[in-house]
Amino acid sequence: MSNPLRGEVIRLYKNLLYLGREYPKGTAYFRERLKGAFMKNKDVTDPEKIKQLVDRGEFVIKELEALYFLRKYRAMKKRYYEPEH
Amino acid sequence: MSARVLVGVKRVIDYAVKIRVKPDRTGVVTDGVKHSMNPFCEIAVEEAVKLKEKKLVKEVVAVSCGPQQVQETIRTALAMGADRGIHVEVSGKDYETLGPLQVSKIFAALAKKEQADLIILGKQAIDDDCNQTGQMTAALLDWPQGTFASEVTLEADKLKVVREIDGGLETIKINLPAVVTADLRLNTPRYATLPNIMKAKKKKITNVKPADLGVDVSSRLEVLKVEKLKEAGRI
Repeated sequence: MSNPLRGEVIRLYKNLLYLGREYPKGTAYFRERLKGAFMKNKDVTDPEKIKQLVDRGEFVIKELEALYFLRKYRAMKKRYYEPEH
Repeated sequence: MSARVLVGVKRVIDYAVKIRVKPDRTGVVTDGVKHSMNPFCEIAVEEAVKLKEKKLVKEVVAVSCGPQQVQETIRTALAMGADRGIHVEVSGKDYETLGPLQVSKIFAALAKKEQADLIILGKQAIDDDCNQTGQMTAALLDWPQGTFASEVTLEADKLKVVREIDGGLETIKINLPAVVTADLRLNTPRYATLPNIMKAKKKKITNVKPADLGVDVSSRLEVLKVEKLKEAGRI
């Protein structure tokens, strides 16, 4: 196990798990998929590959934040503003 | 700039939750229901933090009124970048009847106590849709107000505010100190990620009671009933 990167991976997992609480399809659904995605790569040892996977995880975090923002923005716009706006 | 900004944040039922009216029709079901920061309050916090990042203000103070649970909401504001929080303790019957009039009195008292130069609030809460707190606070303090702000620019000791109004956009220039209420297009609030929430645990939240501020939170309103609309969107 690449020791210095282990901390990063665990931190990434925790951050994603925290974000998953607001997932539209439910926290349980998200947690299952998250665990599955991480477990699929549990035997990767090459630090380069691990770094790439962590970067992909960071990208997913950004996508989730964008998803949550858009959902909220669209809901507010629909509720409070006239259609022409 | 030595300016201090007070940001009001309200804990409301999460926008995505399907609201259910209580069988006795005295209100809506809140027990066990997901709560979060009012979306317009998030926009208010983001604007205050942006001003601090541009070094136009020195300190951002997040304020919320309510029972113990509102501390979560204050923590979210701290995670977004506020420096410290103030929890105005209101619980039980007082909290059920707490409305814009009482909250604006509290904010006015806090603004004087903390010597705030700017108060930023969300334009309205998604639970009561009052759209009154900002306006009332400005009136109580006799401060100018820039409501429905979609753009705020600090120019020396004046504030240029672009307001979203029915006909389009109105640009006004107001003196500081002032009250601003945030509209949807003011900015894109940052997400309070886990690392930021952890860092925010070190920031201080002070507790204060309305009585300490000399504010009477009794309400002159009585809710007679709460019902679901028979047909949504039809009057």
